Amino acid sequence: MKQLFGRPAGLTDISQRYCPGCGHGIVHRIIGELLVKLNIRERTIGIAPVGCSVFADEYFNCDMIQPPHGRGPAVSTGIKRSRPDCIVFSYQGDGDLAAIGTAEIVHAAARNENITIIFINNAIFGMTGGQLAPTTLPGMKSTTSVQGRDIKKQGYPIKVCELLSGLDGPYYLARTAVDTPKNIINTEKALKTAFTYQIEEKGFSLVEILSMCPTNWGMTPVQSKKWIENTMVKYYPLGEYRNRAKEEK
Amino acid sequence: MAEKKLMYGNHAIVEGVLAAGCRFFAGYPITPQNEIPEFMSIRMNEIGGVFIQTESEIAAINMLFGAAAAGKRAMTSSSSPGISLMQEGISYIAGADIPVLVVNVVRGGPGLGNIAPAQSDYFQATRGGGHGDYFTITLAPNSAQELYEFPKIAFELAEKYRNPALILADGLLGQMMEPVEFSYKPFDPETLPEPPYALSGCKNRERRIVRSYDLKPGKLEAWNWQRQKKYEQIVANEQRFQATACDDAELIIVAYGTCARVCDAAARMARAKGYRVGLLRPITLWPFPSNILSALAEKTDHFLVVEMNMGQMVDDVKLATECSKKIFFHGRPGGGVPTPPEVYGKIETILGGAR
Amino acid sequence: MTTEIIISGFGGQGIVSSGIILSHAGLYESKNVTFFPSYGAEMRGGTANCSVVISTEPVASPIVATPDIVIVMNEPSLTRFEPALKPKGLLFYNKTLIKSVPKREDITIIPVEANAIAEELGRGRIANMVMLGAMIKKTTILKLETLKRAQRKRFSRASDEQLSLNDRALDRGYGLF
Repeated sequence: MKQLFGRPAGLTDISQRYCPGCGHGIVHRIIGELLVKLNIRERTIGIAPVGCSVFADEYFNCDMIQPPHGRGPAVSTGIKRSRPDCIVFSYQGDGDLAAIGTAEIVHAAARNENITIIFINNAIFGMTGGQLAPTTLPGMKSTTSVQGRDIKKQGYPIKVCELLSGLDGPYYLARTAVDTPKNIINTEKALKTAFTYQIEEKGFSLVEILSMCPTNWGMTPVQSKKWIENTMVKYYPLGEYRNRAKEEK
Repeated sequence: MAEKKLMYGNHAIVEGVLAAGCRFFAGYPITPQNEIPEFMSIRMNEIGGVFIQTESEIAAINMLFGAAAAGKRAMTSSSSPGISLMQEGISYIAGADIPVLVVNVVRGGPGLGNIAPAQSDYFQATRGGGHGDYFTITLAPNSAQELYEFPKIAFELAEKYRNPALILADGLLGQMMEPVEFSYKPFDPETLPEPPYALSGCKNRERRIVRSYDLKPGKLEAWNWQRQKKYEQIVANEQRFQATACDDAELIIVAYGTCARVCDAAARMARAKGYRVGLLRPITLWPFPSNILSALAEKTDHFLVVEMNMGQMVDDVKLATECSKKIFFHGRPGGGVPTPPEVYGKIETILGGAR
Repeated sequence: MTTEIIISGFGGQGIVSSGIILSHAGLYESKNVTFFPSYGAEMRGGTANCSVVISTEPVASPIVATPDIVIVMNEPSLTRFEPALKPKGLLFYNKTLIKSVPKREDITIIPVEANAIAEELGRGRIANMVMLGAMIKKTTILKLETLKRAQRKRFSRASDEQLSLNDRALDRGYGLF
């Protein structure tokens, strides 16, 4: 019997423990497929974050390391400089990357470190139970902003692609989403571009992916997708924020 | 004997690290260790190693985590406030059982403190330093020659036990110049076999995971028990010290690093006046050389612990001797360095006035 | 035989260089040496001092509390280090810049017109060389030739003209007694 659909070899057989409707599983699958399509699985080292996707070290079928919260870009740098022939990616959430790890991501980008960052932006702290994230939208409720994010008290969200595009360093910056089939396909394209640039030794690539968190948003999976489409994308516009390959043409 | 070269302690560390086959350095400037990254940047460039000036000590220690997890010898250096920042990473590295080398050129604290030599990071160095149950193998050199020699020993111990190793120097050792003999053949890192944990891409083998967490019930406890056995082995096998004139001593000074140099001079002054004074210098601070101290406590009545802090190693001396003898302490905090006459005065007081 | 030396002056008077030159010279004469500079937070222009120990034995303490020899190049250094000198110790002071007169009677006081001689040679900044020359002549702890070799090591990137001038300053100091 011919198998038409199955788990890509870039993912392990371990069952992923994400909530129903969570976007992590979709992004994991895209990465798992790309490790095979680009024929890089056997020379890839992945970095798992701290947060819901801490277990990514069990899910990706390649060498993995799990560093302290937010330090993925620094650990990636250490690995990449030690083994330049390896492909290195750091998978990070918004608390990991845009709060505690702000210094590490900014400086890895400024150094144009030849690594790939996969940044999951779901505007909330997932694993710890729905607290305010640096990406939580103004007015959006969280367990530490129960009245909604008050910009007078909690300030404004951090727009990572816009922030990093102020630097000369990064080679590729893009924001995508996984709320619709079309956006999922675009996410795959962006991630493929990012990995390809690393393979070509172009330098730093980051793909920010707007992703659903129905549990902590207090929504159904369908409502979550709609919320990305109707609300989140307006605050975090999709598209390429930097593509040096196009600029060089 | 090879020719001796007059070198700063901080430069001697660099040559020692490179001779030990380390080709990865990441660090952030802080006085009094800036000569290490400065000289390292030049030397790594010459020999084709990696030098990264990082955005913070936090980034530096995590770059080490990555490089060492990738199977390479990796080191960083800093001074006290920077080492505090690194504690998070050191805890994760210890928790992942990965060998790295961290050099702390200690300065006065707490807080920003000052840039003078100090030994006030003893507790931090010998009790783990960060969160969780762990220890770092800690070596305390007391000369430029040892600053050259200890990186090799530290890497070998770190790799043997898969544990972070620390070299605890101080501002004086880093800033002073002494003749150094390049006493061993440089180790070629290309001859280092790939360690069994090394992340290098899973071609033709099972994939590997480096991590410090395990959330499955009972697993982390079992892992910690396993690590505890490793620590017991280290304690049993790796206690290092230098004992001078301890055999018939009526008083033994216990001091390490810079203080051991000062106390060596004080002990010589005392012996010249007829006091039988010995000097026990711990070379490993963890594991602490408890066995020799315990043995010496059988026959020596007085111990004088001298430190550039308000009394940290003195606790280990009390534990090792089970407080069976009189333990005196002389300390100088906040960057104060004791002088030989000052320590001699203390000896005279303890042993009952001038002879 | 152990000789403990403290050299002190303004930043820029070549205090650290003097200590390193003595240390190199000690090493060239197969002695044990340590050199320890004060390292302040200030980069330039502050006070500077350093300790040098030269010994036929392994050096115990690099920290010098009661030196055998003190070289002071400016007024504040005299105030600070005259009291530290061992009884019967040697105090070399830069008489050109220091107007006070050392007070202790249990030491040997050696005034040297270091800056005046250096200016005569055409360069005030080599006053430290004049001092070193004078010091080794009086103490005989090191040979003039090794000191000349050591200054060439220290200033390996300096011009031949500058190196010769340093030698002449050492000679002038050495010839004072």
